[in-house]
Amino acid sequence: MSAGIITMAYLVASILFILALGGLSHQETARKGNYYGMTGMGIALLATIIGIVTANYTLMLGCIVVGGAIGLVLAKKVEMTQMPELVAILHSLVGLAAVIVGFGTFLDHSFTFTGVEKTIHDVEIYLGILIGALTFSGSVIAYLKLSAKIGGSPLLLPGRHFLNLGLLLVAIYYLVQFTGAENQTYALHCLMVMTAISLVFGIHMVMAIGGADMPVVVSMLNSYSGWAAAATGFMLSNDLLIVIGALVGSSGAILSYIMCRAMNRKFLSVIAGGFGTTSSKGGAAAGASGSAEDVQPIDAESVANMLLASKKVMILPGYGMAVAQAQHSVFEMSRKLREAGVDVGFGIHPVAGRMPGHMNVLLAEARVPYDIVYEMEEINDDFPDVDVSIVIGANDIVNPAAKEVPDSPIAGMPVLEPWLGKTTIVLKRSMASGYAGVDNPLFYKENTRMLFGDAKESIDEVLKNL
Amino acid sequence: MLIGIPREIHEGEKRVATTPEAVEKIQALGYDLIIQKGAGQAANFSDDTYREAGVKIVDSVEEIWAQADIILKVRAPETHPELGVNEVEFLKQDKTLISFIAPGVNNELLGHLASTGGTVLAMDSVPRISRAQKMDALSSMANIAGYRAVVEAAQHFGRFFTGQITAAGKVPPAKVLVIGAGVAGLAAIGAAKSMGAIVRAFDTRPEVKEQVESMDAEFLMLDFEEDGSGEGGYAKIMSQEFIDKEMELFAKQAMEVDIVITTALIPGKPAPELWTEPMVECMKEGSVIVDLAAEMGGNCRLTEANKVVVKHGVTLIGYTDLPSRLAAQSSQLYATNLYHLLSDMTPEKDGQLSVDMEDEVIRGATVVKDGEITWPPPAPRLSAVPQQKEEVAGKLTRETAVEKPSPFKQLAFSGVAGILLLALGSVAPAEFMSHFTVFVLSCFIGYMVIWNVTPSLHTPLMSVTNAISSIIIIGALLQISSPDGLNQYLAAFAILITSINIVGGFAVTQRMLAMFRK
Repeated sequence: MSAGIITMAYLVASILFILALGGLSHQETARKGNYYGMTGMGIALLATIIGIVTANYTLMLGCIVVGGAIGLVLAKKVEMTQMPELVAILHSLVGLAAVIVGFGTFLDHSFTFTGVEKTIHDVEIYLGILIGALTFSGSVIAYLKLSAKIGGSPLLLPGRHFLNLGLLLVAIYYLVQFTGAENQTYALHCLMVMTAISLVFGIHMVMAIGGADMPVVVSMLNSYSGWAAAATGFMLSNDLLIVIGALVGSSGAILSYIMCRAMNRKFLSVIAGGFGTTSSKGGAAAGASGSAEDVQPIDAESVANMLLASKKVMILPGYGMAVAQAQHSVFEMSRKLREAGVDVGFGIHPVAGRMPGHMNVLLAEARVPYDIVYEMEEINDDFPDVDVSIVIGANDIVNPAAKEVPDSPIAGMPVLEPWLGKTTIVLKRSMASGYAGVDNPLFYKENTRMLFGDAKESIDEVLKNL
Repeated sequence: MLIGIPREIHEGEKRVATTPEAVEKIQALGYDLIIQKGAGQAANFSDDTYREAGVKIVDSVEEIWAQADIILKVRAPETHPELGVNEVEFLKQDKTLISFIAPGVNNELLGHLASTGGTVLAMDSVPRISRAQKMDALSSMANIAGYRAVVEAAQHFGRFFTGQITAAGKVPPAKVLVIGAGVAGLAAIGAAKSMGAIVRAFDTRPEVKEQVESMDAEFLMLDFEEDGSGEGGYAKIMSQEFIDKEMELFAKQAMEVDIVITTALIPGKPAPELWTEPMVECMKEGSVIVDLAAEMGGNCRLTEANKVVVKHGVTLIGYTDLPSRLAAQSSQLYATNLYHLLSDMTPEKDGQLSVDMEDEVIRGATVVKDGEITWPPPAPRLSAVPQQKEEVAGKLTRETAVEKPSPFKQLAFSGVAGILLLALGSVAPAEFMSHFTVFVLSCFIGYMVIWNVTPSLHTPLMSVTNAISSIIIIGALLQISSPDGLNQYLAAFAILITSINIVGGFAVTQRMLAMFRK
């Protein structure tokens, strides 16, 4: 197959990938978008296998079949609540592949470059491996944190910013050494050291970031996996990889930006980690908003009656709903209420859950129609018309302190504002504060009622009374 | 301990201090209850319903006071019309009375109560702080009074509230002016609004503007800077200039509105005169004024307490017993307020009442403690809410102002980026430049495309980008045919893991997308 045909096939694949991302703009076209993506991948693989691979077909096909089978099983088995973990571990594979391909290219001597070209090529290899290793170790830690195999709280080493800076300087030093290396062995040595540094850096970076910042981390790792692919593309002079890497990289970057904006935090401060450590003062200030006696508990039966008597109900789910696996009960409740003529909507905060869009997927799994699921910006102005808002396992994203307490650690973060409605019912296990460690004045508001207990059991109890 | 509820003896008083519903909650605190025969009759709670709730019915009022340790009442003690004995006489040492007392104007009564050696809690002295809202009986009663004021006005008003266009002609909507947007005023606004009237409201405290507007009523503004917020959420007396302006505004409104509901009260002072005789004269014939301040002299001097009078063709309603006219509702709310107070005073839920003078709310409500007058309480900690809010607003605007990058900074950033690009262009080979062009353009395409993605599809977006970023498999495929063994195996491993990713990513996306439905 001629180089021209391969390039053409790559071009078609690139266009299909762009169409795939474009398809995800709307629910109606999303499935078509996914098919475009698959077709694009198929064309790219076929063109490469037919046009470039010349030997070792058995080994290659075997790996594809085995890998594909593993992937298929993973995809079929995963619980929707575990999506963040799956995405994180899949990111780590991209990072690992980038590292391997980088080393492979380095060891492959079929290319010979001189002068500036050699320097650029070396830098490309170096960067590809660096980003790949970072993505790999960072994603593995993110996976461990998300699946609660290690604790979610941020690990804060003393002088961690200097440690990061030091690692960066060492990495730059070895880049200079690597490009100027006289012999292959020393260059390989440089690469190895750099890979180790990069792995440590990835681990340290994600360890320092806490659970509620995970949406930013997951989308950031998504972005890195893209940049790793782009760097590999430069290394191999392959435009398809560059295009796809850039698409994925910018996609992840935008998602990170959206998540940061939703928390009113700077990207750098999220990456620097340690959220919630400087907040004790603000937390205490917010704590003055009320004491445990001021909360007004309610029982499930009253909740059911209140719901049936209302015209408009807004359900605001958070990570707690995912933890309690309450989405099916929640859907059942919303269905019954809709049958009773109550206008039911769902309000989703951009950072609810542990990855972007997490709540939407859970609700979709529970068969909640997507046209009654609204974004925060769509519904915040409607709260004065809402009779009952039900907060399920959410805390910081419905915290009025963000608007009312200027020295609160979450001040300025856009939040859902159920307290503007007539009544808010908060489902909560206990009076513990949210991830940010900030007390929530919502619980003490005059029009708030607390329904204590496990979210799923509480909803089931309400269901019984509907 | 035993709680007793005597029948109210004030003439025309229909309320009762507890309802069968509240009884169950009070029992859960560990108390037993007795109630005088027929106490709930006027509020439509029969003796039977109390008996079913487990309350003992007692015939005479003396027995109630003799047996019970705690007496719950609505009205302050007064002379019993049948027995000729003042209820105060029944209060003994170690007994506690909880009711409305109005200690500010009932000095004599207070002394009388103290001389018995008992303890008295006044429901109208519960401090108006947010924690005590659930036991704020004044608010509950004001809410009812506001609602009932509109109902009374409708009764005496000869037209619809709502505007209609019928075959028999057009009916303009009634215009209602509510003066004083406190709890009663807001309740009146809500009731009048829901009956279809055009509602306007006036208040000297600017912070209530938002509340008025949230109820869809028009807030009349004075072109004058003075904040009328006083202690404990009440208004204070305003300056003469302010009052002149206010009168000007009212005189103008008098010619337009059909119904005026005045609710202006300043604690411990006679009600301010807001609606003068000339204003009444200006009003259309058949208009109605409901004066909720009638008991304290009235916001309009023409109103007569407890009466409906017609002057200058305008009906003036001066009822002072509006809550009692909605007896079932007000009894229910009052009983709940009492329950919350009892619940705060029974921390162990063991039926033992403790008068904790360290507790700000209980301290405020207690007017006589073991025979000693403890009124007035020390000044309440003021709610500093409005001030704080302003501060927040100021801070937030300042913060947002800071966060906007200066144009200079942006320019400098673009400049540096441009120079770096030029520097790279001057040394890089042609092939790199063409790749770089592709890279930058792709970033922009990604930027444009991704912004359109709906937030509900962010998770599928991540899994699909994850799948396609495994295009890195091509790098491995380029190396699989390498003659070098190590290279081969490295490439094979890379192919294996990227295949997991490709198939897994697409399949899980497919699975998720299949779940989204309308």
